[in-house]
Amino acid sequence: MGLKKMMVGFLGSVIAIGGFLEVATADLKFPMLVYRTGAYAPNGIPNADGFVDYYKMINARDGGIGGEKIVFPECETGYKTQVGVECYEKHKENAMVFQPMSTGITYQLIPKASADGVTVYSTGYGRTSAKNGKVFKWIFNAPATYWDGASIAVRHILKQNLGNIKGKKIALVYHNSAYGKEPIRTLQVLAKKHGYKLLLLPVDHPGQEQKATWLKIRKQRPNYVLMWGWGVMNQVAIKQAASIKFPMENFIGIWWSGSENDVLPAGAGAHGYKALTFNAPGDDYQVHKDIKKYVHDKGQASGDGSHFGTVLYNRGLFQAMVQVEAARVAQQIHGTSKITPAMYRDGMENVDLNAKRMEELGFKNFAPPFKNTCENHGGSGLAAVQQWDAKTKKWNMITEYMYGDAAVVDKLIAEDSTKYAKEQKIAMRCN
Amino acid sequence: MSVELLNFIETVINGLMSGIMYSLVALGFVLIFKASGVFNFAQGVFALFAALTLVGFQTGQVPFSHLINELFGTNFHNWYPSLHSFFAIILTIITMIVLAWLIEKLVLKHLVNQEPIILFMATIGLAFVLEGVGDLMWGSDVKVLDVGIPSGGSEWLEKTTIGWASEGSEYYGMYIDVLNVWATIIAVILVTALALFSQYTKTGRALRAVADDHQAALSVGISLRSIWVLVWAISGFIAMVAGIMWGTESGVQFSLSLIALKALPVLILGGFTSIPGAIIGGLLIGLGEKLAEIYIGGLLDIGAIENWFAYFMALVFLLFRPQGLFGDKIIERV
Repeated sequence: MGLKKMMVGFLGSVIAIGGFLEVATADLKFPMLVYRTGAYAPNGIPNADGFVDYYKMINARDGGIGGEKIVFPECETGYKTQVGVECYEKHKENAMVFQPMSTGITYQLIPKASADGVTVYSTGYGRTSAKNGKVFKWIFNAPATYWDGASIAVRHILKQNLGNIKGKKIALVYHNSAYGKEPIRTLQVLAKKHGYKLLLLPVDHPGQEQKATWLKIRKQRPNYVLMWGWGVMNQVAIKQAASIKFPMENFIGIWWSGSENDVLPAGAGAHGYKALTFNAPGDDYQVHKDIKKYVHDKGQASGDGSHFGTVLYNRGLFQAMVQVEAARVAQQIHGTSKITPAMYRDGMENVDLNAKRMEELGFKNFAPPFKNTCENHGGSGLAAVQQWDAKTKKWNMITEYMYGDAAVVDKLIAEDSTKYAKEQKIAMRCN
Repeated sequence: MSVELLNFIETVINGLMSGIMYSLVALGFVLIFKASGVFNFAQGVFALFAALTLVGFQTGQVPFSHLINELFGTNFHNWYPSLHSFFAIILTIITMIVLAWLIEKLVLKHLVNQEPIILFMATIGLAFVLEGVGDLMWGSDVKVLDVGIPSGGSEWLEKTTIGWASEGSEYYGMYIDVLNVWATIIAVILVTALALFSQYTKTGRALRAVADDHQAALSVGISLRSIWVLVWAISGFIAMVAGIMWGTESGVQFSLSLIALKALPVLILGGFTSIPGAIIGGLLIGLGEKLAEIYIGGLLDIGAIENWFAYFMALVFLLFRPQGLFGDKIIERV
């Protein structure tokens, strides 16, 4: 047999065995849409590592979920919407849940996944009004939405100003994409309610050059700057803010603009920068001990293990934990470990991560408790403010977890989701 | 002076300074295009690779450590705790020279006399390969780059200009990032050194000869391949300078390769074959886009127009002067 034929035979066998293994062990398929390459890789990698380490730990410690192993094929999106949709199409067969890790991809998947009967979980991102479970049966965005985030940031500013921000200027520096534009509507409504002036300052992808934006800020002197940024945009913005001597304690980022990656390049200049968060930083939780024992100490850490305990790694852990818990709940509801995608959705809708359950899962005080219901797919809406200490190079939580302005946010969600339901001719559920 | 006028001057100065940062990237393109007729799509990745390598040397990171540890089960990450920036820069320059030699040996040598589009496609491939190799070598984390170049707003300028505004008006002084001032100084030194090198050294004259006519240069005994290695090495050096300046501003990360997109309108405006063109083009693009963002954007109450406005400027210019401001006019005989 010629070498060429042998190679073809060998490759064919590898592919066949690989395919067989996937089918044989694909008990619970959690496809991962990741971006380990490209402009947003520095954010995508730690987050994906958190997911992978958690799944590996569950498989190693518990033998999977209810005895069913988790398989988690990765698909590289590069944070590109079109590629993300291709990844979805490639992996949707028997998939329990998709975590798009991009608001743009989430928007594209909402109608597709709803038609295909696949759960989409966009943790703290994506379409805000998907919180309304009456309309968005297959979409979940707990524990908090961008509109919660926007109103929590404003609430924090209100607290600092004894409840009166009339006449103040608040600027929103945002990624000029579906993600960055998401909080605008809420901030506009809140501007009317509280009497502040809102300045909108978009920054184009990837955000490497922002001089003009910060010259505008320097000229217009907003009292506060809010940021909906991602990737290099965050680092450049924080550095530019420090450069124009904008008071960092008045600069507040959304939870995707508050990782170590975002502040370290600015050095001491980033001291005092604030960001919202719905999960704690650090590596001193039971879940970390378990991951260390069952994954890292066995040399199976995802990547080089250097992101362990960072903000985005921890968020990946949290996201993966919710997805795994949803599968457990689904197994309990339906009395079988071999759940279908439709059963999985039921599990996600009945997730109840109260303080006791969080502790059982190794996440004691890691994140605020939340519960999904038929009507509410967006969780508690709680978030806290953390502040960067450039001297110790650590994030410190400076507030308790707080709610947003439900009166404003709930009304907007109802309006937007009802409009969507009419457009898509969706019958309301949960009656 | 009125505050509006002072703000306008501030925008103009900052636009020009931003333009210099674009010129630093464009210079690398021009050098290679001039000497070999190749539009090096990989120039942005060159800057990224150089910056990654520089930080790697500074921090003593073991190249391919992730791969090595994965394969051999080791836990080997750093050779040494840190290295002085000067030595790290020297080592990076040597790396870029070796890279230039490898590119000539492995890619260009095999594509001599091919159509320009083939060479262009080769550089696209090179960009992706180099980005992947850079990732494997140094990892994808955001890296802090500090070679001692000061950055941040100039306090001196702010204090000096704060009193220039009319009495009673609200003015906080003029803003210039010191990093951009350094970029300007470095760009001036670079262009002067390149001009002196090409005018007064034998190798420089050989380089110009190759740029003028490959065949004629070959006929008088100039080694085309040596010149290509030299040009790619110089271009690698310029990429390192650009990488340092941009990396200092944003941290070193993979989006750094996208700075090449900032150089394209500069090249269209300044011409692909002119070093002064790259500088003037950069200044015009920087100025134009900042004025557009602040004044046109402000007037229409829209933002994020600077990116496409730079290309709009280039497009308009292309209609009237396709070869760019200082580019060679293409005359094809039929």
